[in-house]
Amino acid sequence: MASVLADKYCSKSLRGILMDGECGPGHEYNYQPLNNSFTVPPGIDPHHFVSPFMSDSSDCKIKFNHGTTTLAFKFQHGVIVAVDSRATAGSYIASQTVKKVIEINPYLLGTMAGGAADCAYWERQLSFECRIYELRNKERISVAAASKLLANMVSYYKGYGLSMGTMICGWDKKGPGIYYVDTDGNRFTNNIFSVGSGSTYAYGVIDSTYKWSMSIEEARELGKRAIYHATYRDSYSGGVVNLYHVQEDGWTKVSQTDVKSLHYQYEEEKNKEIINNEEL
Amino acid sequence: MECLIGMKFDGFSLIAHDNSAGRSVLVMKQNQDKIFHLGDHLAMVVCGDTGDTVYFGEFIQKNLAYYRIKNGYSLSPSAAVNYTRHEMAKRLRQAPNLVNLIMTGYDESTKQTSLYFMDYLGTLADVPFAAHGYGSYFALSTLDRYHRSNMSKEEAEGLLLKCILEVQKRLVINLPSFSFYFVDENGVSSKRTVKTEPAKVVGESTGEQQSEEMDVFV
Repeated sequence: MASVLADKYCSKSLRGILMDGECGPGHEYNYQPLNNSFTVPPGIDPHHFVSPFMSDSSDCKIKFNHGTTTLAFKFQHGVIVAVDSRATAGSYIASQTVKKVIEINPYLLGTMAGGAADCAYWERQLSFECRIYELRNKERISVAAASKLLANMVSYYKGYGLSMGTMICGWDKKGPGIYYVDTDGNRFTNNIFSVGSGSTYAYGVIDSTYKWSMSIEEARELGKRAIYHATYRDSYSGGVVNLYHVQEDGWTKVSQTDVKSLHYQYEEEKNKEIINNEEL
Repeated sequence: MECLIGMKFDGFSLIAHDNSAGRSVLVMKQNQDKIFHLGDHLAMVVCGDTGDTVYFGEFIQKNLAYYRIKNGYSLSPSAAVNYTRHEMAKRLRQAPNLVNLIMTGYDESTKQTSLYFMDYLGTLADVPFAAHGYGSYFALSTLDRYHRSNMSKEEAEGLLLKCILEVQKRLVINLPSFSFYFVDENGVSSKRTVKTEPAKVVGESTGEQQSEEMDVFV
């Protein structure tokens, strides 16, 4: 049956086309990303319905938490994940203590950028799916498969106004893994990713320093520094730097550092360097 | 933002895609594969709305594989591309889907090479060469000028390089890396990649240089 394949590999809209009523009950390979998917009122195109409320001209505007800096990179000793902790609503700083790293399970981390609620909801859903996978298959899910589950879940609702840009980070049989997944349906893997309004600044710091063969100390310092520099330039990012390190035996939370203390620490180091250079 | 190039010759064809993937102004990676292997002698390169491309590509890939398993033989390139067009046309009226593609294959029974251009509206054309994306505005005229059906593989590679150089020279969008594949009676070749050099300082540091560098762009 074509629907076997359709179910496994297609978003909902495509699936509807393919099934043509041939998918009956008791379909053993029927893959469902959700036990009970959201019900949409009949006759309403959610994308059309939502878009006027998201535009600037609307009286009733839906404002998403958009400002963020999150980053993750692979290196020889695993994955470094670093994020800021600021939540903004327009120009108002709503919180300085947001946890933007979502602990999916002891081996998987997800980062949070875009809509806070969407990230929190879908990554919780992912953690459920990953646990189900583990129970069914008697082994842990790979980072690639986990990220694909999430990508399938959110692309099911593509155009419905979801907003999420996340990095799924972990360790599996293939070693360290990072996948970038967003609500446009993107899913990439790479050595370095940064997501959010401050991501360009973070990239600027990481790209110029990054080496695969960094030591653990160097890598952790780089993650922290990149977030610090992003918070310095991007007013929608700030608060503290939350730093995680994923290794073969799962993730550990390394540190939580206020960017203000980092600012003075780095300034002091810079002044020392200048004095040292002058002495030379 | 993306660029696909395909060309057909006597006995073989050549398809290429750029390697960039990103979001808005940001390039997230420069080593992305945009090819789907549909069979031993059939492949397609895709571009368009991110997400849609992967889902549509995998959908076609898996359904062709399923057909092969069910019937014990593969669809011919022309049958496969018409099936793909059918699926594309269905989506056009039912779900927002933006996928452009170039499909190429070698038909073992007729010993023919074929190259197909398809866009998201379901336009299907059997063509000697094709290009998608902004790069097509530059590459197509280069292909019009230099493409000959009796070119050798070396000449074909040279022609592809001409197109890529033109795109990299005139298109404002940064496409530093392309991957390409040959398709012939032996199937789809392994991936080869064309990359531009990273930036480096040229000339003496006397303060007066640039004239030579400026000439290059004329």
